Amino acid sequence: MSNPKDFVAVVDSDARRTPRRIAFITKRTSPQVRVKDEDRVMTYPEVFFRAAVAIQVLAIALVVTSLLWDAPLEGLADPMHTPNPAKAPWYFLGLQELLHYFPPVVAGVLIPGLVVMALIIIPYFNINVEAEGLWLRDKTRRLRIFGIVVVVFCIFLAVFDVWVALVPTVIVAAFMFLAAQTDPQAAQGFRHWLVRKPLSFWIMTWFLFELIVLTAIGTFFRGPGWSWVLPWRG
Amino acid sequence: MAKSIDNLVDQVRENRVWRSIFRSGTGDSNLRRALFVQQNVFLHLFSIKARKRTLEFSATWYLGALTFGTFLILVITGILLMLYYHPSVPQAYADMKDLQFVVSSGVFLRNLHRWSAHAMVFLVFAHMFKVFYRGAYRTPREFNWVIGVVLLLVTLLLSYTGYLLPWDQLAFWAVTVGSNIASAVPLMGSKIRFLLLGGTAVNANALLRFYVLHCVILPLAAILFIAIHFWRIRKDGGIYPGESPAEGGAK
Repeated sequence: MSNPKDFVAVVDSDARRTPRRIAFITKRTSPQVRVKDEDRVMTYPEVFFRAAVAIQVLAIALVVTSLLWDAPLEGLADPMHTPNPAKAPWYFLGLQELLHYFPPVVAGVLIPGLVVMALIIIPYFNINVEAEGLWLRDKTRRLRIFGIVVVVFCIFLAVFDVWVALVPTVIVAAFMFLAAQTDPQAAQGFRHWLVRKPLSFWIMTWFLFELIVLTAIGTFFRGPGWSWVLPWRG
Repeated sequence: MAKSIDNLVDQVRENRVWRSIFRSGTGDSNLRRALFVQQNVFLHLFSIKARKRTLEFSATWYLGALTFGTFLILVITGILLMLYYHPSVPQAYADMKDLQFVVSSGVFLRNLHRWSAHAMVFLVFAHMFKVFYRGAYRTPREFNWVIGVVLLLVTLLLSYTGYLLPWDQLAFWAVTVGSNIASAVPLMGSKIRFLLLGGTAVNANALLRFYVLHCVILPLAAILFIAIHFWRIRKDGGIYPGESPAEGGAK
């Protein structure tokens, strides 16, 4: 075992509440286990007032934004005259970017369907509940599996010319294999943090990175005929 | 001065009429503060006490509260906008122009609704990723995560249906692009698109359907699921407090 100290011993010494007891809590135990009772505050007023202040700050920011910038309004809708490019709202532009590469049934139905399914099953799927670093156990086998998965996926993206999705994949994979090459005992700082990341972290980070890159490209870097443009040369 | 105002507030809150409405009196004891939450039909969705650790900014960045804040702003500005809006072609667009040039603060009202809507979509995504990276979806909070995914979809649909309502070129073609994707669904794609638009193209029927969805059905769905989402926080043991400090925080 790479980490010899897989548990912590906790002594709850509040004798008024509980008799003295010792619990062994392994690192893979459910987060329901409460190590000790802790400070609590009254929801009213503490929580409500803090939430109210947070909402008020946001409201002020939005009011200022609304005073400074007007919402877009173009000419009356005209079915005979298609603007070029015709763009969906910004949060769908990642999907619209994928529509450029894949047939609609893949980019418009299969991929968003899979994303929603994946999001729903996250808490029920074991790899997400495990909080152990990906490379801390069974490293050789996992390296082989994830190496093959990443290479096959990258070839697939390259075949369809999806370089915009390939680059983020390669970057995330590079950090993942950097973590694999890190000695969990000796590493410091960033690499110490990296090597303890579980598989769910890597998948979600890849998804977040793709989401940001694809949405940003669809929003800022696509012009007439979905060709590349630079936003500052409008 | 401040003390006499406090006294006045206390007197009002101890008043028989006030007590008949709000049941709990002044918040000068923890019992009263607890009753304030517990005896209110809306507030009793929340727990009476909260872990101090979960109130730190770094724990949640207040993203859930802020998302709810944008929802409140959107409901208020949305109701006001409904007073000036007819979901018909081409009157809908004329109403946009009226908001711009005739209605007092009409532009501001529309701006606030529009930017708050964008903010809400962004905040919902941010909230989701924050919850994920904290591991707050784990047992016993699995189902609240699922409700959160439902709320994400409701938010996207709210924003998408609202996008059509100004009936300008931007609205028309964005919804045309989106609804064409629906027709790519195997076997029943064109039927789904017909159901969504009330026709084979984005027209007056589509505007009316999107209006009803945007102003009635989806907000009601959102309110229902938000209520369950909040209530489940209490039922699942409060806001996720993070890894236990005694575990060394080595993860």
